[in-house]
Amino acid sequence: MKDSFLMKDKAGLRMLSILGAALVIITFLNQAVPVDNPLHITTYTVTLFGKYLCYALLALAVDLIWGYCGILSLGHGAFFALGGYAMGMYLMRQIGDRGVYGNPELPDFMVFLDWQELPWYWQGFDSFGFAMIMVLVAPAILAFVFGWLAFRSRVTGVYLSIITQALTYALMLAFFQNDMGFGGNNGLTDFKDILGFDLQSDDTRIGLFLASGIALALGYILCRWIVSSRLGRVLVAVRDSESRTRFLGYRVEHYKLVVFVLSAMLAGVAGALYVPQVGIINPGEFAPINSIELVIWVAMGGRGTLYGAILGAILVNYAKTWFTGVLPDAWLFLLGALFVVTTLYLPKGIAGLYSQIRERQAEKKATSASSNTEPNESIPASQDAQKSKLVEEV
Amino acid sequence: MNRLIPFIALLMSLMLSAFSHASALESQFEHLKSKKASEKAAAIHAIASTGEPQAEVILNQMLEGKLYYVKRSGEFVYIEKGEDKKYTAYSALSNDTVGTFKKRELKKIRVNNRIRGQIRTAMATLQLNSNDSDLRLKAVRNLRDALDANILPTLKSNLETEENSKVASALEVTIAAIEFAYGDLDLQLKSAHVLADSDDPKILVLFRKALEKTAKPSELSSAIEKSIEAIESRQKMYGIAENLFFGLSAGSVLLLSAIGLAITFGVMGVINMAHGEMMMIGAYTTFGIQALFPNFIDYSLFLAIPAAFLVSGAVGILIERTVIRHLYGRPLETLLATFGISLILQQAVRTFVSPQNQSVENPSWMSGSLEITESFGLTFNRLYIILFSLIVFFALMALLKKSLFGLQMRAVTQNRAMANSMGIRSNWVDALTFGLGSGVAGIAGVALSQISNVGPNLGQTHIIDSFMVVVFGGVGNLWGTLVAAMGLGIVNKLIEPWAGAVLAKIIVLVFIILFIQRRPRGLFALKGRAVEG
Amino acid sequence: MIDKHIPNDTILYLNGVSVSFDGFKAINGLSLILKEGDLRAVIGPNGAGKSTMMDIITGKTRPDEGDVYFKGTIDLTQHDEADIANLGIGRKFQKPSVIETLSVWENLELALAGNRSPWQSLVFKLNGTDRKRLEDMANYINLGDQQETIAGDISHGQKQWLEIGMLLLQEPEVLLVDEPAAGMTDEETFKTADLLRDVAKSRSVIVVEHDMEFVKALDCPVTVLHEGSVLSEGTLDAVQSDEQVIEVYLGR
Repeated sequence: MKDSFLMKDKAGLRMLSILGAALVIITFLNQAVPVDNPLHITTYTVTLFGKYLCYALLALAVDLIWGYCGILSLGHGAFFALGGYAMGMYLMRQIGDRGVYGNPELPDFMVFLDWQELPWYWQGFDSFGFAMIMVLVAPAILAFVFGWLAFRSRVTGVYLSIITQALTYALMLAFFQNDMGFGGNNGLTDFKDILGFDLQSDDTRIGLFLASGIALALGYILCRWIVSSRLGRVLVAVRDSESRTRFLGYRVEHYKLVVFVLSAMLAGVAGALYVPQVGIINPGEFAPINSIELVIWVAMGGRGTLYGAILGAILVNYAKTWFTGVLPDAWLFLLGALFVVTTLYLPKGIAGLYSQIRERQAEKKATSASSNTEPNESIPASQDAQKSKLVEEV
Repeated sequence: MNRLIPFIALLMSLMLSAFSHASALESQFEHLKSKKASEKAAAIHAIASTGEPQAEVILNQMLEGKLYYVKRSGEFVYIEKGEDKKYTAYSALSNDTVGTFKKRELKKIRVNNRIRGQIRTAMATLQLNSNDSDLRLKAVRNLRDALDANILPTLKSNLETEENSKVASALEVTIAAIEFAYGDLDLQLKSAHVLADSDDPKILVLFRKALEKTAKPSELSSAIEKSIEAIESRQKMYGIAENLFFGLSAGSVLLLSAIGLAITFGVMGVINMAHGEMMMIGAYTTFGIQALFPNFIDYSLFLAIPAAFLVSGAVGILIERTVIRHLYGRPLETLLATFGISLILQQAVRTFVSPQNQSVENPSWMSGSLEITESFGLTFNRLYIILFSLIVFFALMALLKKSLFGLQMRAVTQNRAMANSMGIRSNWVDALTFGLGSGVAGIAGVALSQISNVGPNLGQTHIIDSFMVVVFGGVGNLWGTLVAAMGLGIVNKLIEPWAGAVLAKIIVLVFIILFIQRRPRGLFALKGRAVEG
Repeated sequence: MIDKHIPNDTILYLNGVSVSFDGFKAINGLSLILKEGDLRAVIGPNGAGKSTMMDIITGKTRPDEGDVYFKGTIDLTQHDEADIANLGIGRKFQKPSVIETLSVWENLELALAGNRSPWQSLVFKLNGTDRKRLEDMANYINLGDQQETIAGDISHGQKQWLEIGMLLLQEPEVLLVDEPAAGMTDEETFKTADLLRDVAKSRSVIVVEHDMEFVKALDCPVTVLHEGSVLSEGTLDAVQSDEQVIEVYLGR
């Protein structure tokens, strides 16, 4: 068992134990510590943390394809939103006749639009099981169709990024349409309960928070398993040298497709957990800016590490909550600066910062020991960071 | 001295005649006061028949309900509202200021809808004889609002002397319309045939009304139906032409916003997500220039274009020097960093200018339209934008193909090391190329300020479209950008009538996404080993 | 002119192959036959179409016209890169192309012949024989003591060898090698020539090369390409004395 992929992943284990501890402590501080005690954590804050955990899972999904396979999706918010809508549809059906119009069958917005019956694609969402399957299947289908077309025709790099962005943009425009049957502008909201538990109650909220934490942990383990397998090494090979991988006999498009669909499903799960906690899902979730923003969580945390993505998502979103509360004008300046600084000075993110510093120290020792060693002439593009470092020092 | 005498005589006779005309006008004023509609109508007709320029002023003021007379003196005036509920009165005869009055010192010449119609007809007859052919044309057409058989002889005699072909054909249509309305069956059949060539929507209304009246199918009704068919099929054609025109103008907006990107992305390979904000800066520069020179709105754009180019270009160079040059060869990182810059620029506008949309004014020469037929015109603002986008495109083409800078630019993008060794400062070429792309985006912003809202989100709404155009057209190919922009603009507008604006946009986006799967390098891809790298 | 009938021991058969990029004919009526166990050097000035020829054989570029057959019956123009690699044609690029962020060992492991499907790779485990083969290969390419080193950190020449090692682990029947000696020291060059001669004992090899010393060291038949077609074929000495070849290539 010592050889198992998880045991080798020291940083990941550390992160998982911190996550576990946080889940227990936060729950304890909310449930067992009296409200008037300064250590008490309000349910509002717990839900906020729950939201961060969903974001972290989403970031994990992006890191899997970007950090390991080099696919920079600027449309991952679409898969998140699709998962969210699938959950939202279930929650809408749960409202039953408690809506404003009291229609037992139709959600309020459909009554408002004067629809007579539930559209076919809303059928089945009264069942939790079916809805949860759709949380996985809806993003998977979109990812499969899109990925199958894109990867087969070898759309790569920035081209892929741009069309993923166009994809989520098109979906946003579509979901804004009332005719789509997803509530148009307002989206789906006014949820009452989930699996019979009142969504407003503290216990349900703690439950959702814990579920998000567990989903994140499972998502991490799944991703770690993938990247430590031979599949993971093929992904890295695709990232670093796609044509070499092809000439080694690997069907690059199949690998990309598998991991892209998987990543979309993870994003869908994140969206599904997110919606009951924030109480609404609307087309704004498809906005291209959301998808780009989540890329910077991953970049800042450190891509290609998995735990870096989780770290980045939580840190950036915590900062966002804090700034939009205290200095709302400053937040976009800061976010913008974060994009620039991270790409310029932190190519490996926070996770890479530590090892970068250590490498630098080690290199300095090495260069002072044998100052006549010339830097290697053919340093490939992926080693740019190292290259510039070498050039600086020479 | 002798030579002056006839001149003075002429002058005096002119004054006299003016005076006599003035008195002819004045003599009718009493009748205007009358409560009898018929008397008023006769007076209006008489005033118009004088053919005096001042008659038009009087009738116009009357139409707008501004014609009064001063109770004490009985003098006819028209008024402008001044301060403190006082009104400035101008003489109806000479336009001289008479003085300021309170409302109760004045008495209004009342007009009702029927009188208004008569005034319009009277003014039309007045304008029928105007020297300005545009005014004549307008008058002839206005006569179709309320068809009046009395005016038929005037029209017919005018038609004989009319030299302007446009006015003449308009006269024919109006005559035919009157004859259709009041003539016997023969005349109606004949005029229905003539009217089939008219594009005035009023004629269609006339026909439809006539059809309603003829209960049974008859010779006349079939003639009317035939004419309606002819008119409608022509209108369908105009509809298509109009959509094409809208498509071209939408395409030229796309071209303007994509063309700068075609340089930074297409030529340099730099993904500049702040490109939209370069346009935003251009639009705000226009706003700033108009704020600086509020009295020269008509000329503001000529100043705004170079200013926007310089401002956006300078910002572009700044971005290139501080951020992008560190990221060459790392396109995905460039994408993220420039996105960050776009957020900063947007927020800067929100914080330091305003989060609200600003209103940028259109110069007067942008309004109006070029009339092709009565129901189909090309609006000047769209025409200018099409023209402008093409000018910018070809100027840029020329710069890249013919100038030394263009040569250096191409040299650097094709073989940096070689260009360097030939003494080209590739660093500066990079910076200037990026500045050029950004500056062109700034110019696009000037154009956008004329047709859309100028606000912090201006760039965001265009960035995805711009990238789509460049990618669709084929990266690195300016002609491709042109074809893609115009093609997408037209396709979008052709789909719009049956799909709606939003759905049309979605369809076009999905089309491009699918197209890029088929041809990842766009419409006009450069083929070969070199670009596959 | 090559006969339409493909002899039995022919492993690679190109006939009348042409391809053009934007009007420029990169390959123009190229015909070439490689027999089992052949070692062949292909030389030619820049732009003669050497790399494009490799692109065509390995499925990266589709020819506009002409036949490309592998083992007499397999039409290579109908297959893509991954297919062709699995059929048994390995390719070494001009620039050393290894996965820079993986270790030497991991690079070799990736190349190891076997099922290439994503699902198989998820549960793939190295067995004892595979391990042995990887270790032997690491030793064979002189990287036995650097198995754990990240491939980005080894020297240029070592990367070339690592790539050759990876190709050999794919167990190809034909090996296409593009300028292996570029950027190598003299000593490395001769070592590489030895390595390739050794490799050619068990399979067919085409080497594209500029370096005449290296070609001489290979000691094999030479094909000269010029403007996308074969200019001359024969031993190095024969080719070097060919008037046409001297004119377009060696004479410059």
